[in-house]
Amino acid sequence: MSDWCEKCEEMMQPFLDGTLSDADVAEAERHLALCSWCAKRYRFEERLRRYVRVAAAEPMRPELKARLAALRTPLQ
Amino acid sequence: MSESPSTATEALRLAQQARNRVRFEEEALELSDQVYRVARRLAGTREEAEDLVQQTYERAFRSWQQYTPGTNLRAWLLRILTNLNIDRGRRDQRTPQTSSIDQLEEAGDYVLYNRLESAAPEANPDEERVDERLSQDSIVDALSEVPHDFRDVVVLVDIGEFSYADAAQILDIPVGTVMSRLHRGRRILKKNLADKVAA
Repeated sequence: MSDWCEKCEEMMQPFLDGTLSDADVAEAERHLALCSWCAKRYRFEERLRRYVRVAAAEPMRPELKARLAALRTPLQ
Repeated sequence: MSESPSTATEALRLAQQARNRVRFEEEALELSDQVYRVARRLAGTREEAEDLVQQTYERAFRSWQQYTPGTNLRAWLLRILTNLNIDRGRRDQRTPQTSSIDQLEEAGDYVLYNRLESAAPEANPDEERVDERLSQDSIVDALSEVPHDFRDVVVLVDIGEFSYADAAQILDIPVGTVMSRLHRGRRILKKNLADKVAA
């Protein structure tokens, strides 16, 4: 792992969030094209984020849904 | 006896208000699955999440006239919910010391990949199915162990899919704070997961 890789690690989250400056995006892309070590870690992060979103989801029980519906103002 | 013009106007106004109220309640109820998804990961248990969501809708239906039509109703509901959650004093929720938060975060963004790779050197974690290496329970547990200030932001942005601006408004903190807590919170989540892989 080089100093470049350390910098690439620092840029990973803003890179994937789309909040890096154009100049930093270009720098990260140059490094990722040459460094499979970092490129693998970026790929994994993207997949992990999708998986976290799916894995954290727990459907609401129908009982709660019914309780919420019952809170509505009765129609006159 | 005919109604006076002012009584008729008042009746029309009340009828319009009743229609607006019905529409508000219907729109709010349509968002309940999304509200619950966030609540479930903010609260410690399913029962707490259900109480939070119910109290949120009770309060929302009471104060529906404070909502400005055309603005983000989902964010408005979540603002009520996160305030209720904080008012509850976040019972049963951990509050690690700042020093241990710094240690968790220092592990960096590659910590989980590195741990998975060293646990099975011949495998490529970036090409395998993530769910074969990390169980759903391990994700839920690791997330619940993220300190709440950081978890609130990770849950709103990465699970609730709120923008930074919406998360900032919901939590009443600056956008810059949302971004820094999000980055630190994701790192802590990965460190927690890495520790579970090792265990």
